[in-house]
Amino acid sequence: MRGGGDMLKVEDLRIEQGDFALSANFAVKRGRRVAVIGPSGAGKSTLLNALGGYIDIASGRIEVDGQDVTSAAPDKRGIAMLFQDGNLFPHLTLAQNVGLGIRPALRLDAAEMARVMDALGRVGLRDFADRKPGDVSGGQQSRAALARVLVQAKPLLLLDEPFAALGPALRAEMLDLTSEVARDAGATVLMITHAPEDAERAADDLIFVDGGQAEAPRAVAEVMANPPEALRAYLGR
Amino acid sequence: MARRAQPVNPWLGIIAATFVVAVVIAAFVGISQRIEATTGLRAAEWQAVRFTVWQAFLSALISVLLAVPVARALARRRVPGHTLLVTLLGAPFILPVIVAVLGLLAIFGRNGWLNTGLGLLGLPEVSIYGAHGVVLAHVFFNMPLATRLILQGWQSVPAEQFRMVGQLGLSPRMVFRVIEWPILRQVVPGAFALIFVICLTSFAVALTLGGGPRATTIELAIYQAFKFDFDLGRAAVLSLLQLAVAGAAAVLALWILPPIALQTGRDRVVRRWDAPSPWGDAFWITLAAGFLLLPLLSIALSGLVGLSYMPLSVLSATWTTIWVACVSTVVLLILALPMAAWLAQAKWGGAEALTLLGLVASPLMIGTGWFILIYPYVSPTAFALPVTALINAMMALPFAVRILLPPMRQVFKDYGRLTMGVGLRGMALWRIVLVPRLRPQIGFAAGLTAALSVGDLGVVALFADPDVATLPLQMYRLMGSYRTEAAAGAALVLVALAFGMFWICDAWGRRHAEG
Repeated sequence: MRGGGDMLKVEDLRIEQGDFALSANFAVKRGRRVAVIGPSGAGKSTLLNALGGYIDIASGRIEVDGQDVTSAAPDKRGIAMLFQDGNLFPHLTLAQNVGLGIRPALRLDAAEMARVMDALGRVGLRDFADRKPGDVSGGQQSRAALARVLVQAKPLLLLDEPFAALGPALRAEMLDLTSEVARDAGATVLMITHAPEDAERAADDLIFVDGGQAEAPRAVAEVMANPPEALRAYLGR
Repeated sequence: MARRAQPVNPWLGIIAATFVVAVVIAAFVGISQRIEATTGLRAAEWQAVRFTVWQAFLSALISVLLAVPVARALARRRVPGHTLLVTLLGAPFILPVIVAVLGLLAIFGRNGWLNTGLGLLGLPEVSIYGAHGVVLAHVFFNMPLATRLILQGWQSVPAEQFRMVGQLGLSPRMVFRVIEWPILRQVVPGAFALIFVICLTSFAVALTLGGGPRATTIELAIYQAFKFDFDLGRAAVLSLLQLAVAGAAAVLALWILPPIALQTGRDRVVRRWDAPSPWGDAFWITLAAGFLLLPLLSIALSGLVGLSYMPLSVLSATWTTIWVACVSTVVLLILALPMAAWLAQAKWGGAEALTLLGLVASPLMIGTGWFILIYPYVSPTAFALPVTALINAMMALPFAVRILLPPMRQVFKDYGRLTMGVGLRGMALWRIVLVPRLRPQIGFAAGLTAALSVGDLGVVALFADPDVATLPLQMYRLMGSYRTEAAAGAALVLVALAFGMFWICDAWGRRHAEG
């Protein structure tokens, strides 16, 4: 693993969708946990989907771990992403869902199967390997999705509010678990959130998205202590 | 939203669509070889065009007019056997045409129940043969289809609206104006258009009940030009006419054709406060049930008697039919699945129009074209079964794609990013995601294709020599030589085959189907 430097570099990125446009120009340091915050409709999800390769960008350049991935397929970008929903296939068992992260064709050998079980064990789901998502709780579904991210072993993790449907206590628990998992894997994290307390709990830096612009990350504590005008309006302080 | 990344490579679907278009174009090339300047249009051809359009219009109109009160009655009354009746409304769609004709003959034919009754009362007998027989048979097939489509529309009205009607004490007249009329205006044109287009390419009904200058459809005229005169030039001209007529209709109808849902007609009756006297509804339900059930009942009764009269040729025809249906179903799936995947991701919605080619290009038109192409080189009879299997698949294609498309779109919407994120592609994507997610619809589409293929009496009548026959053709031959008992026995086997193959595919789809 390369030490130091930038894990994610976004240069002159521009996304256009009808009347909506978003520009971004920033870099994220290796190993940082970054909260992406901003009003509804500001383009937080759009930004993450563009980084993940799920929507077209109008112009600009995206670099992950020193590699230009601007036109790479979503699975060839060194990025794992969790969406608001649809993170697990309902007709596959939790073990199979996690296995997809190692081998999409799902023909796993014994060693790979052991990795799947280790990952499930890491999120406390070892005994639920053969259950299907519909048979476990929402929190357990989130854990299974995290286990898949764990075996995918990508250097950059994007979270598009995957825990939004969980209650406050469970959400906090999942954010802690995500932080642990990311730290163990040495992964850099970008997470969208609506709640400033989530940012303070689970993030080092903060990207504020508003007015068609994604600002460069700054330390959470510093921003929260002295929020700029637009952020203050959003936070209602 | 501009999307670069797509879960399924669209090329397979484009190749499948190109193949379908190529089959039709090749047929067109064959036809145009035989069209000469001297083969002008005679009065008989114009007569066939007029009758084709007229009977299709009349069939669609009567089907829809009858379907409205029946659907209305079924939507607001719960009668004994309600569920069974609604399910049975789906039966004519996969009932082999020739079997239904036999059933209708048993009721309305010369020695049928109706004429026996009229004779007892000293009234003159009615004949089922001719234009009105063709329309009667079309109504038998399509009135239930229209009823299901309209019932679906009716059931889409939220229960709250009817509660509000109860609260306001609206009169039936007002209910009609406020709730029912807007629904009908939405659903009826689509149902009418679908039935009209289906009836335009009617062959087997016209072959068995029509004929003569006053009741010959274009499809039947193609067949006659072939079989009786072996006049390929005339068959070609007629094929071109068929293409023009059905093509024009399909283009006009495209935008109002209804989607075909898996659960047509859920069995749900909303509590209503406005329903007037129940006698009207009872009348319509009884009429529809009688019209639907009596022919089916007569087939079952005479078929059981006829089983012992069946010649050995029925057995070999049964075997032929089974494998033609299996090949059709496999070909259909190979074409429809990639096409649906491509269309589900396509930005251009008009691509769906491609699937209508199966409705526009009639079986006999394609058959004629291919016959002309093959004929100079090899005996077309050698290709009777493969061509039949291919054309049957193409005829089922518009329905299959319309069944598969909505759930395919849903899968891409729900799981498209996940599949791309973990790098699922190619066969693994089909095996792990698409087939399991679409299993009920795949089973339903396959069952529909198998049943339609089993019951098909079309292009095979054109190509087959006396030694080769599918079961419907064999049954037609038995009817033609007045071996009615044997034909009735064969009809029962045919029904069992059509519904059996449908059931096997559909049950496969439903098993392990998960939400």
